[in-house]
Amino acid sequence: MYGGIDLQRSLIEILTGLGLPADVAKVIWMLLPMAVMVLGVTVGALVCTWLERKISAAAQQRIGPEYAGPFGLLIPLADVGKLLIKQGTIPAKADPLLYTIGPALVFISVFLCYLVIPFGQNLIISDIGTGVFFIIAISSIAPIGLLMAGYSSNNKYSLLGGLRAAAQSISYEIPLALAVLAIALITNGLSTIDIVNQQAEYGILSWNIWRQPIGFVIFIIAALAECERLPFDLPEAEEELVAGYQTEYSGIRFAFFYGGSYANLLLAGLLASILYLGGWELPFPIDKISGALGIEANTAWWQVLAAFIGLTSTLVKTYAFIFFAILLRWTVPRVRIDQLLDLGWKFLLPIGLANLLITAALKLAFPFAFGG
Amino acid sequence: MVMIETKAERMVINMGPHHPSMHGVLRLIVTLDGENVVDCEPVLGYLHRSMEKIAESRTIIQYLPYVTRWDYLATMFTEAITVNAPEKLANVPVPRRASYIRMIMLELSRIASHLLWLGTFVADIGAQTPFFYVFREREMIYDLFEAATGMRMMHNYFRIGGVAADLPYGWIEKCEDFCNYFTPVIDEYEKLITNNPIFRKRVEGLGTITRDEAINWGLSGPMLRGSGVKLDLRKVDHYELYDELDWDVQWETGGDCLARYLVRVREMRESTKILLQALKQIPGGSYENLEAQRVLAGPKSEWNSLDYQFISKKPSPTFKVAAGEHYVRVEAPKGELGVYIIGEDSVFPWRFKIRPPGFINLQILPELVRGMKLADIMAILGSVDIIMGEVDR
Repeated sequence: MYGGIDLQRSLIEILTGLGLPADVAKVIWMLLPMAVMVLGVTVGALVCTWLERKISAAAQQRIGPEYAGPFGLLIPLADVGKLLIKQGTIPAKADPLLYTIGPALVFISVFLCYLVIPFGQNLIISDIGTGVFFIIAISSIAPIGLLMAGYSSNNKYSLLGGLRAAAQSISYEIPLALAVLAIALITNGLSTIDIVNQQAEYGILSWNIWRQPIGFVIFIIAALAECERLPFDLPEAEEELVAGYQTEYSGIRFAFFYGGSYANLLLAGLLASILYLGGWELPFPIDKISGALGIEANTAWWQVLAAFIGLTSTLVKTYAFIFFAILLRWTVPRVRIDQLLDLGWKFLLPIGLANLLITAALKLAFPFAFGG
Repeated sequence: MVMIETKAERMVINMGPHHPSMHGVLRLIVTLDGENVVDCEPVLGYLHRSMEKIAESRTIIQYLPYVTRWDYLATMFTEAITVNAPEKLANVPVPRRASYIRMIMLELSRIASHLLWLGTFVADIGAQTPFFYVFREREMIYDLFEAATGMRMMHNYFRIGGVAADLPYGWIEKCEDFCNYFTPVIDEYEKLITNNPIFRKRVEGLGTITRDEAINWGLSGPMLRGSGVKLDLRKVDHYELYDELDWDVQWETGGDCLARYLVRVREMRESTKILLQALKQIPGGSYENLEAQRVLAGPKSEWNSLDYQFISKKPSPTFKVAAGEHYVRVEAPKGELGVYIIGEDSVFPWRFKIRPPGFINLQILPELVRGMKLADIMAILGSVDIIMGEVDR
């Protein structure tokens, strides 16, 4: 496996070449990917909201937004602008502190998860050894924020919504973790980079989805529940709880919830593509292409091109998942709270455990195929 | 042995009159124990407009524009019952052609009402998309209404002794086109909804009403037929000319929300069947044909006889409600819509009591939702099919 491009080293070299001390160059480097990531994720989430509008419109025989920019592409910006200048009200008997911390906590916990999401061999902010574990740990902070928001709003609908969010997140985090654990077993590691790399060898055939079909289904269901998407959007079920924990929110605080939920959906899509669909890998190994074209793998322009192809590949897989989630949302009815918990505890949890056990057994029996 | 007991405090939550799924201005005071409904008390009257009192100081013609505001989704039925009441009291004859036009309008109105019910019912369970599909078809029905009556919702089309105007040119073909288009569309709905496992899980065995309960609570319409009582006033009362057409009463024995859903969906099919027959059998056929025959055969032809008129005799503005009292009823999409009229040979009725089906069907709601989950309130309320306009009047 070749290293691919190393932006960090190149940039630091350029900066030191300009006469900056090495330490300052490093600090400048650290800020750059973070800013790019926050910006990129925000744009990605905005694209999700646009897709939601357009796909729901297509499903319902409508046109959807079309006047704000080409194909209504500027409508998310109009949304954000509107929410930014809207008055952020706090209900009279709400707890102002918790009421403000709640959305921030949700928003920050989702964005922190992007620290370990790779878009290419070196296109990652930090490749820490506990990658997916980090994501699971950090993303389980979000329900605390939802609970805070629901509790502090001094509204009964909000309270019910917050409680539902907490119950739902706890129930579905366990099957999600079990599905991820099976992947970790195959990979012999938790690093997101390692997980993608071990799917790289034979192109599409070595993707984890073939080795973990049950795990993939569990992951998809649990991820939808974690994102509070229909059919599992009980915490904000409009017909029952008006808007759940968001009922009292407006302005920028609401924007945090709104953006956070779509960033969370994007995260779920990215995770699905990294864990099961080979991340930035193409359906056929990219080394073979460069080999067939007779290009040296270390050529600079080829590396840049390969990085772009990898990035595109990741995003295509991610948005395919998001397309599926949106289409599902506008097709199916909502489940009831007891059915939701039954599905989580009585169906997904045992299946998840069995899947883990089978994976372990297969790993012992066929070590060549299951990362023994 | 010491048992650890958890006791949650009960929460009283006020749903409505402004709530996304309260079908207008119904207000429910729900007592919750966690997610379980302990008690539910409906509060009515937010849309009360004294419809019965207004009727006592209006002639029937003056009152007709008001009545479409009772059940504003099945408007033709409210008009039908308002003219049927004095008609029956004074024995006003209705020409056969007028009767057929009435049946066509009533069945179209039934389809429109059931369509909107389908959309809101499924939306109450969480699927938003069918709501847009039903509006697509409902729009066509309203276009037909607009062509025939001049108005899309508040038609003011029925008159004592017939209807206000004959069908316009080409209307019958358009209506046939709609019927032929509509049957496959129902199949499409059924494909989308009926066997959806989540939908089935949400409605099957939910809000079950037994046959005896349904009768004792005075339920009517699909609520009654869903519980295994095969009662349809069109068959029982033999009003208009429904006996000349070939159709069946749709019923189910389950008594749950699914049964009521199935009954209503099948009633849409049955109404389409009735429509196609009525459009073929209407005396005189299309208006183009009728007019041509009249011109051809001259003023003394049989085409000018009573059977081919759209109204027996133009009612005078001072039409007197005959002395006497009478209860008349029609099978509205929601159930038995009745009027108890007392006349005293004056232009105004002395009493005009309305029996709205929604109001009486709604009574059973607290009984049904007790012990269910919070989300079930919406599914059950949706399956009852209420319109606050007629509940509060």
